[in-house]
Amino acid sequence: MKDVLFSAIAGQKADYIEIRLDESSSSRLTFRGDRLEEAGRSASTGGNVRALVRGGWGFVTFNSLDKLEDKVALAVEQAGHVGKEDSKFSPIAPATDVVAAEFKKNPVAIPLSAKKEILDEYNRLMLGTPEVQTTSIGYADTQKKVTLATSEGAFIEQSRIDVSLRLTAIASRDGDVQQVGLSIGSKGDFAVVENLHDEAKDIARRAVALLSAPHVKGGTYTVVLDPILAGVFVHEAFGHLSEADHVYENPQLRDIMVLGRRFGGKHLNIIDGAAVPGLRGSFKYDDEGTPATKTYLIQEGILNSRLHSRETAARMGEKPTGNARAINYQFPPIVRMTNTYIEPGRTSFEEIIGGIKEGIYAREWYGGTTSLEMFTFSAGEAYMIRDGKIAEMIKPIVLTGNVFTTLDNIDAIGNDLDMNQGGGCGKAGQSPLPVSNGSPHIRIKNCLIGGK
Amino acid sequence: MEELLKIARKSAESAEVFHMVSRRTTAQFEANRLKQIQTREGTATALRIVKNGRVGFAQASGNIKDQDVLNMALETSPFGYQVNFLFPSFQSFPQVEVFDPQVEGVAIKDVVSLGENIIREVCANTPGILCEGSLSRGTATLTIDNTSGEHASCRRSSFSVSMDGMLIRDGDMLYVGDIRSSCRPIIDHGPISGEIIRQLDLARKNATIGTGIFPVIFTPFGVAGALLAPLISAFNGKTVLDGASPLKDKIGQQIFDKSFSFHDDPTLPFQPGSTPFDDEGVPARKNTLVNAGMVEQFYYDLHTAALAGTNSTGNGNRNGGMPSPSPHALVIDPGHTPLDEMIKNIKEGLIIEQLMGAEQGNILNGDFSGNVLLGYKVENGAIAGRVKDTMVYGNVYQLLKDITAIGNDSRWIAGYVNTPSICCPQISIASK
Repeated sequence: MKDVLFSAIAGQKADYIEIRLDESSSSRLTFRGDRLEEAGRSASTGGNVRALVRGGWGFVTFNSLDKLEDKVALAVEQAGHVGKEDSKFSPIAPATDVVAAEFKKNPVAIPLSAKKEILDEYNRLMLGTPEVQTTSIGYADTQKKVTLATSEGAFIEQSRIDVSLRLTAIASRDGDVQQVGLSIGSKGDFAVVENLHDEAKDIARRAVALLSAPHVKGGTYTVVLDPILAGVFVHEAFGHLSEADHVYENPQLRDIMVLGRRFGGKHLNIIDGAAVPGLRGSFKYDDEGTPATKTYLIQEGILNSRLHSRETAARMGEKPTGNARAINYQFPPIVRMTNTYIEPGRTSFEEIIGGIKEGIYAREWYGGTTSLEMFTFSAGEAYMIRDGKIAEMIKPIVLTGNVFTTLDNIDAIGNDLDMNQGGGCGKAGQSPLPVSNGSPHIRIKNCLIGGK
Repeated sequence: MEELLKIARKSAESAEVFHMVSRRTTAQFEANRLKQIQTREGTATALRIVKNGRVGFAQASGNIKDQDVLNMALETSPFGYQVNFLFPSFQSFPQVEVFDPQVEGVAIKDVVSLGENIIREVCANTPGILCEGSLSRGTATLTIDNTSGEHASCRRSSFSVSMDGMLIRDGDMLYVGDIRSSCRPIIDHGPISGEIIRQLDLARKNATIGTGIFPVIFTPFGVAGALLAPLISAFNGKTVLDGASPLKDKIGQQIFDKSFSFHDDPTLPFQPGSTPFDDEGVPARKNTLVNAGMVEQFYYDLHTAALAGTNSTGNGNRNGGMPSPSPHALVIDPGHTPLDEMIKNIKEGLIIEQLMGAEQGNILNGDFSGNVLLGYKVENGAIAGRVKDTMVYGNVYQLLKDITAIGNDSRWIAGYVNTPSICCPQISIASK
């Protein structure tokens, strides 16, 4: 294979060429209520060529390796139509490496019948809860091998196994419908989706409880986020803005996102890194062959670094961080997060909520998005805080804020870091990319909440 | 794929092969400049079988042997649902025009110039704006064969343009944009740059709105972004079957305002959502979901329809897996009120163009809540400027039960939704 790829690249006139091949196979199981909706298998092989000529890119995807030279030539030709200046692409040492899939309890080796049995158990527990109208369960595992060959001589084969599970309980009463979900994911360990019986019962119970919960009044509140929701917050409220592809060709945003700018208090440290081991967003090399790093985006409240591909790094005169990722062969790599989290501080949960006269405790996640300047994210469950204590449950809330001011409104950071491995990130049509995010409990002043 | 159907027939009671071949070329613009040209070629095959009365399913793309695809489907069939429908055996389909040979003939340099022309006009209107977008043209051939003897095949073309502008003023970001698509070539850049410039002109000044209950106008973009997701979920036969749709027992009842009619119509010529048959080979047809405020029907695929004791409405679509009910092209009937007149009748209110986070609410219940990414304040019958730091909270069923006016300004959003502006008497707003 190595020779096939290198000979297809050889002799082409481009500043840089890469060929990436994907081989993947996956299983999925979907339930709606007590009906098994889909038990499906899929297998796919495909690849792409990406070429850089005078700063312009050509990109060609294919399902067959036949006439690979023609596909390389087409990518180079397309890049030639685009490019009008000098290419800028950070140099890295071309690696030759084979990275085997990491796994503990390999999901791929477990028969479908065993997977179904576990999901049946969770489903029975949820459906057995009075007033639970229906459920939805989605399980998937994917085994994937990605081969990268570049005109610089890199040849890297990386394999990974990803497993994910989403359980949702839907309760209804008198025309009101409420839902609570749980998302779990892992890089190669089926054990994370086992023994969730208590959690399944718990989400069913909470969905029913939401039916009686009141709506909160819209307005500005002091909000405490649990580690899961705070992880979604750091991803949406800061992570995306750290992606250099939003910044590198935008002079005004470059001025705003100047390294050294203060974003938050001295207690605030935000990290992204695929080199943090064992998490869903971990890998050894990104999809341009750059070794993974661990990057302090914010250190002691100050903008310290950002996430780069080789092109954005070169254009901004900074170092590549190994954040160029593609969801599959149908897309070129773009700047993405990996494992993003707020470093723990020293404050206990009791101290965090202790001083709040009236506020909101928001837990678990439902979704999140950002416009770079503004972000919104939604809690899976929420409670009022009254006189320093967790009080009544309220209907789930959507929170919003301004990226540039909200980080500075974080006035307490807990000591209890936890990583959420159940999320997937979407950007430029590439979704859901396996990432993880996390945080300890945090408290945010002046957070705007939509409500009746 | 004939071969795959042939070997599947030997190991299963019945089988269906879905096959798609596509090719698409895209010009991508970043920071007002052409950045990348992409060509995507793809083939995908999905096999559905019935074995011992149960469904088995496998998908493959690329270099996967027919026997391996069949083996995967056989592996899943012991766990599949009990099949209570037959693969269809239609021999004729409605005439729906979805292919224009001219699309393939558009030179990539002309696609690039279309993008450059949009960007030139937008930048001339608003210096300092950065445009990012993609323009693409492509063709796809879809074929469905099954052991009931049906052979359905359709070739389609598509051309789509999306362009977004981002403007930073004093650390304040403004997003504007337009998206259009068709089965025919899009040649004129004018309507697209015109729409973006319209948004820029309205957003030139800032305005603030207080916290409280105000009248609201959803523009076509606002309707598509904020109001549709809950309806798509509620009219889905599967949500109804699960008992999770608030409309499950409302057929024949007046749930929406009398001025509100809502259809799924895949028969309109040269629309990207149009098709002669769905992804299970059932003829596509116009389905009226709401007629003058009355809930008329839900939409179904074969499996869900059989469970619900009804017939497929031709809405079995595949979004990367087995067919499930989903709409092709949603159309809200236009009204007679010009947008200007709606605005004239509002003393203080909000126009919503883009709502961020709307899909994060409890969609099942019709609730939505979001940050107004692009919206304008109405003051004494005129647009006063753009609002920011503003959250709205609403419920689709409450909003559409009492409609003040429906616009005469229907347009397609991305080719899958056709809607006018809708004005409602009250929405809850929280602002900073």
